[in-house]
Amino acid sequence: MGFLQKHQVLERSPTLLFIFSLLVVTIGGIVEIAPLFYLENTIEEVDGVRPYSPLELAGRDIYIREGCYVCHSQMIRPMRDEVERYGHYSLAAESKYDHPFQWGSKRTGPDLARVGGRYSDAWHVDHLNDPQSVVPESIMPKYAFLGRTVIEGDQIEALLKTHRFVGVPYTDAMIDAAEADFRAQADPDADWDGVVERYPGAVVANFDGQPELTEMDALIAYLQMLGTLVDFSTFTPDVSR
Amino acid sequence: MADKDIDQVTGTDTTGHEWDGIKELNNPLPRWWLWTFYGTVVWGLAYTVAFPAWPLVNSATAGLLGYSTRAEVAEQIAAVDAQNAEVAQRLATADLATLAPDDPAHRYGVAGGASVFAAHCSQCHGSGAAGAKGYPNLLDDDWLWGGDLEAIAYTVRHGIRNEVDPDARWSEMPAFGEILEDGEIAATVEYVRQLSGQDHDAGLAGQGAVLFEEQCSACHGEAGEGIRDLGAPRLSDAIWLYGGDRETLTQTITYSRFGVMPPWGARLDEDEIKAVTLYLHQLGGGE
Repeated sequence: MGFLQKHQVLERSPTLLFIFSLLVVTIGGIVEIAPLFYLENTIEEVDGVRPYSPLELAGRDIYIREGCYVCHSQMIRPMRDEVERYGHYSLAAESKYDHPFQWGSKRTGPDLARVGGRYSDAWHVDHLNDPQSVVPESIMPKYAFLGRTVIEGDQIEALLKTHRFVGVPYTDAMIDAAEADFRAQADPDADWDGVVERYPGAVVANFDGQPELTEMDALIAYLQMLGTLVDFSTFTPDVSR
Repeated sequence: MADKDIDQVTGTDTTGHEWDGIKELNNPLPRWWLWTFYGTVVWGLAYTVAFPAWPLVNSATAGLLGYSTRAEVAEQIAAVDAQNAEVAQRLATADLATLAPDDPAHRYGVAGGASVFAAHCSQCHGSGAAGAKGYPNLLDDDWLWGGDLEAIAYTVRHGIRNEVDPDARWSEMPAFGEILEDGEIAATVEYVRQLSGQDHDAGLAGQGAVLFEEQCSACHGEAGEGIRDLGAPRLSDAIWLYGGDRETLTQTITYSRFGVMPPWGARLDEDEIKAVTLYLHQLGGGE
């Protein structure tokens, strides 16, 4: 039996074919996936990246629920045109606390990886209420109902615990203060020192300008922190990565 | 193979599979196809040697060609920067007020400024710079904080009423809903409509004139002409940032307005700030 005929042995036995197929896929998986969990040059430590604050995390859930990722990516690719338009290319570390990540695979709207701080809170309110009022050529749907939907913080502690379960390093102090932090971040008159201490760089504001804590507040809190955690004036990328 | 079974009609070997007397011919792949396939496997292996690929203990092989996406984009950016270095440097260090319109740096600034505007400013001020409710029109000669080159550059660099830049332009109109009675606000609205030449209730406007003098003139001027140092808009013209109808004016006076513009000094390079300044200045209203 010549070398080129040996495959007939596998092809004639479904069981053998199945076992060997599984073996090939297993080897491929081990070689391609497993190293990503231990290789030093795929795991980049970057200063400033922190877990999401409770309000930001709630906003992230709304972002996912509303399917924002269908039209907006959150990954600035290392290409000149993208860097010129959106800012420094995204680092893997910047989405390391994302479960699931929001890199996206298609842009109908612009990339949002560094949208934080680019526009005022009031602009986000106007834009979510009626995108065409500020960007007439936009085809984005209206999300005005977010500003009318009050959110309770009663599930925020469970949400943080769930994220801790999948590996986000929320401390006990963060979990205990979750509900208080959740409210304080949207209320500049509250005692929000703890929020900023636990989540450095968190923006405290009444994001939607209304007295109630709404989904609009949470979503804008999330949008306003996107891509703002790493200080690129001090971070030097390692080109070998 | 001992059980070699040649099909009589075609003279081709069969696979040994037989269904109801029909046997499957064993036609091997054409040799050229097979060797192309083997060739791609060899090419693939060579590729993993040339480019970053194989995972080792602490890191992956870097590849013989030394390719890196990050290095490539850095090179591309540096190459374009180098091409523009001379003119960009000239623009960055130039005194805009004395830069001649036919200077290459000026032309570079206006053209490049249009790109900066499209990428960073158009979302609020509109792709044609005509603004929207709450976001100033940049095409006209009505400026809140000043429309000469220096004032525009300052506004771009530091923004307005933001918490990020300590040098941001700042002023804050009080919410008069906490200071005046509803009737007094209505009278002030009528006076502001009189100032701007719209139809108004003369009796109420007379009452509003007194209130305007007491409450509003310190920032908006005695005759509502506005004061740029305070970013207080002129009220004696037909240009409105939020609207000059009774409903909008009542809302503005009752709750005040607090338009915020982010600072761009940290996001844009010096030559980009000057470029967008030149672009805005030549749109029509530059002073």
